[in-house]
Amino acid sequence: MSKENELEKVPHKILEETYTAGMEPDEKNRSGTFYHVDQSTIYSKVNELYQGKIELIDTKTALQKYQWLGDYMWKLVDRDKDEFTRRVAEDWSGGYFIRIMPGAEVTFPLQSCLLITQKNLEQRVHNVIIAEEGSKAHIITSCVQHSSVPKASHLGVSEIYVKKDATLNFTMIHQWSENTFVRPRSAAEIGDGATFVSNYVCMRPVRDVQMYPAAFCNGVDSAVSFNSILYGKTNSLLDIGSKAVLTGKGSKAEMISRAIAREGSKMIIRGLIEGDSADCRGHLECRGLLIDDEAFLQSIPELIAKKKGVEITHEAAVGKISEREITYLMTRKLSRDQAVSLIIRGFMDVSILGLPDVLNAEIKRIVEASAEAS
Amino acid sequence: MIGMNILEVKNLSVKVEGKLILKDITFSLKSHESHILFGPNGSGKTTLISALMGLPTYKVVSGSISFMGNDITDKSVEERAQLGMVVSFQNPPEIAGVKLADLLKLCLGKTPADNFTEEEQALIDAFRLTEFVERDINVGFSGGERKRSEILQLIFLKPKLLLLDEPDSGVDVESLRLIAGEIQRYVERSGSSALIITHKGDILDYVKAKYGCILLGGEFHCFKHPTHIYEDIKKLGYEECVDCRVRTTEGWKFEQGK
Repeated sequence: MSKENELEKVPHKILEETYTAGMEPDEKNRSGTFYHVDQSTIYSKVNELYQGKIELIDTKTALQKYQWLGDYMWKLVDRDKDEFTRRVAEDWSGGYFIRIMPGAEVTFPLQSCLLITQKNLEQRVHNVIIAEEGSKAHIITSCVQHSSVPKASHLGVSEIYVKKDATLNFTMIHQWSENTFVRPRSAAEIGDGATFVSNYVCMRPVRDVQMYPAAFCNGVDSAVSFNSILYGKTNSLLDIGSKAVLTGKGSKAEMISRAIAREGSKMIIRGLIEGDSADCRGHLECRGLLIDDEAFLQSIPELIAKKKGVEITHEAAVGKISEREITYLMTRKLSRDQAVSLIIRGFMDVSILGLPDVLNAEIKRIVEASAEAS
Repeated sequence: MIGMNILEVKNLSVKVEGKLILKDITFSLKSHESHILFGPNGSGKTTLISALMGLPTYKVVSGSISFMGNDITDKSVEERAQLGMVVSFQNPPEIAGVKLADLLKLCLGKTPADNFTEEEQALIDAFRLTEFVERDINVGFSGGERKRSEILQLIFLKPKLLLLDEPDSGVDVESLRLIAGEIQRYVERSGSSALIITHKGDILDYVKAKYGCILLGGEFHCFKHPTHIYEDIKKLGYEECVDCRVRTTEGWKFEQGK
């Protein structure tokens, strides 16, 4: 695995940017670390304590190693879905293959980074995650574009399998730049008694992100949560959605979004929960704050029931910060600015992501740093 | 400041959403004293307290408010708070994601990263809010829990004047004893003043107040002893009580500046 270790060659200044997006430099509190820079995987290493419990290699390497992996690719995401999936299918530079072995409990999160350092690059990756039966793990993925790169795009296909009784918590942090064009295409399959938590955090400006990951809760009592914390500014276009199809008996879906829009950003928050089984339940919650008149915020919840007894609900609220809350805090000696900042920080409450302490503190720091910088 | 007035209100008229709620009210509050304000629902008690604190939507259309010798009629909520005026809300808002502990620390002039002192923690424990400080402000709090949280915040702010909007409504007997007892303790120890809106007389068992008053029809009808007023209201109702006393007894307004 160490043949892919070229991390030392990446300038420190660039690596530092990945640290502000959740990557931990000394890897002490991580079970594994993966770096895909521009068009090649340059580093993939499993922490000694977790050897045999997890596998973390480049997808292309994994395809050579495991013939069966082909069966997991382009199965949940249709290669002809759109021009972006077709482009990835045509020519791709790798990606991460993460496999958590049966019954393995991985207490420290795995970290992976997809980094762009070349201008005008179109990064195309294909990731596969397999959480084998009874396994438990957290993954944090940081997608970063080096701040000096003026323009680039990222197309990422991810297929995620959460098998029987496994629990996978997957957190993706986007830290692109004002001219990045981003098209992730992800889907997950969740087995009997399995739980998949998919978190998305985007706090930095970006040109255009459009994504609509899907979760297929096929297993009995399978569960999915999609949570997102979004901060749109400086003309960012964020069209972020998620879709859950509840086919398994007793399957559940929950979607929670917190969005803040300002400075010409346009945000569309979609969510679709489809109940195909009589005992399934779903809830969708979207709250959006519009900070100024230049931004745009739209919430589009969709609930579909196909069987009697389906119970799917939603609540959505978009608008301005409550004047009542601001005034309340001002009676407690806070200035208006302090009150607004406190409400915004509370609004972007990372506890909705269900992260372990080590990641929770990290993500909280990222969210608060971005909220305060504005 | 003993014997002085902490607050002087002259000819105050207040409109809410274009409607005149308070008409030409003049009164003063004494330093180091608690004052009880009675009045039926809709008589303008909350409007008065809100206008004194300068909350938006309560528009002063005429008159003036002076706090510790400063004209605060045009000052913002924050400025009034900084000067030492605080208000408790009857229905405080829920603020998701913001821990009560953080707000309490801000009230104390600390930052959320600071810790409570032993003394502060003891007061939190006494207010039976120990487990609530790690929860979001007012989210899922019962009526009594909200009231206890409100009063604790106010005490942590170390105010000179407490404007309390029905601190006793919707609370159980034990919480009432606790809340009212702590208010009295704070007022006594700090030498501050309080204006307390109430519908009930029970709070008078704990708060030592010499001055009471009825607000009815947007006007003040003033008397001296809150306990007597409460007895009369219970016997006669607000209307008759005001009728029989208004012309015969001195109110606060006649004592100002003496």
